[in-house]
Amino acid sequence: MNILKTFLLGELTKGLRLTFGYFFRKKITVRYPEEKAPQSPRFRGLHALRRYPNGEERCIGCKLCEAVCPALAITIESDVGLDGTRRTTRYDIDLFKCIYCGFCEEACPVDAVVETRIHEYHMEVKGENILTKDKLLALGDRYETMIAADKASDAAYR
Amino acid sequence: MADLAIFMLRTWEALPEVLRFSVVTTLKIFGIILPLILVVAYYTYAERKVIAFMHARMGPNRVGPMGILQPIADTLKMLLKEVIVPANANRFLFILAPVISLIPALATWAVIPLNETFVLADINAGLLYVLALTSMGVYGVILGGWASNSKYAFLGAMRSAAQMVAYEIAMGFALVGVLMASRSLNLGEIIRAQEGTVLSWFWLPLFPLFLVYLISGFAETNRSPFDVAEGESEIVAGFHVEYSGIAFGVFFVAEYANMVLIAALTAILFFGGWLSPLQGFPGLENSILAQPSFGWLASKMLFFMFCFLWSRATFPRYRYDQIMRLGWKVFIPITIAWIGVEAVMSYMDIGPWA
Repeated sequence: MNILKTFLLGELTKGLRLTFGYFFRKKITVRYPEEKAPQSPRFRGLHALRRYPNGEERCIGCKLCEAVCPALAITIESDVGLDGTRRTTRYDIDLFKCIYCGFCEEACPVDAVVETRIHEYHMEVKGENILTKDKLLALGDRYETMIAADKASDAAYR
Repeated sequence: MADLAIFMLRTWEALPEVLRFSVVTTLKIFGIILPLILVVAYYTYAERKVIAFMHARMGPNRVGPMGILQPIADTLKMLLKEVIVPANANRFLFILAPVISLIPALATWAVIPLNETFVLADINAGLLYVLALTSMGVYGVILGGWASNSKYAFLGAMRSAAQMVAYEIAMGFALVGVLMASRSLNLGEIIRAQEGTVLSWFWLPLFPLFLVYLISGFAETNRSPFDVAEGESEIVAGFHVEYSGIAFGVFFVAEYANMVLIAALTAILFFGGWLSPLQGFPGLENSILAQPSFGWLASKMLFFMFCFLWSRATFPRYRYDQIMRLGWKVFIPITIAWIGVEAVMSYMDIGPWA
């Protein structure tokens, strides 16, 4: 009986039937630039530094993010600012070192450094991988509404 | 205008017979080869689409609507790329190998009858010619693997050579069964011997040989599930690792042309070639569907070409020793036994071979 089964290729035809069924299945491909997969508000993409609504930088130069960063991607130097508070003079994130773990965001006591949901970016020139303080603040200014909305939607779970 | 036409006709008639014959034959050859190359090009596209569909994916869909221009883009890409000849490779054989593997795949089409009347060379020993030429293909693989001066290529060539030789035998025996049943080596005669309904085609009386032939065909063309010669996970790409640009492209075309050829041969030898499956169907006697035509051959070929892709999407790769076992210890005994049975039945005038 088993020999007959082997010679009539029973199991092989079973497999063929299965794949033939899949031939007509709905295709699950997401055609990326035109279609996009859903994204969580917790998505960890490009970094940004935020400001308070009055325009004051949130970052207080506590260096918790620098300390927690497992990839040593963050470099901070701080000094006394114009208003007598501690401010960063340098805040660099090396995107090539960064592993997008989000620890900096979690460590930040003032929600200054965040990872936005932006993941479509690229570098063309050597050195562009270093996000300086100016660039980070500019990113924060530009995407503040999006960042605030993402924070608000996730606030209930924190 | 009419004068010119008459002048051309006169000139044509004035040409020596040999010259006229060679011109007509050359045109016929182009008439076969050019569509064949086009079919091969779109077969690669069909392969990617079919396998993608069976994976619930889309497949190529960027070049042109539905990716329909993909093979043209691929060809252009390969033509523009550099053909790199490795250091210490045998330059002459390295360049010659892809050509050697392509020539038999195309030359075999000379004896394939495309419909009742059109066949390039209606020779008596057509089947023998087919056997002889398909065995030539292995030389391209061996030469390519050896001339590359690379161990991966050499291993791939050794594997595919052993495999092709092993399955060549089973395939040959399967063909012996066909020629015993049809009592002719001429492919047109073989098809005519199958005349009748679907049930009188050779696939039914020669069912084991049909299966052996089809599976040996997969192995012969080094296709999945017998593609250890390429074995991406072990030896990168096998005999053509060192090939780039259009030299690789020619190997690629040869592989696909061989698949089309095996599909055509299966259709001709076991499925009645250009015979219509609706022949003798009540109520359809005079309809065009019941007439033998190239369309029937093409649709049968398409089905077997689909089988190649289908099995690639379904089966995992055989282990090398299992391939050898299947070829030598299973297929050859089956075919020999069936030939014996067929011979006895034929001698005693029973069965459809009488």
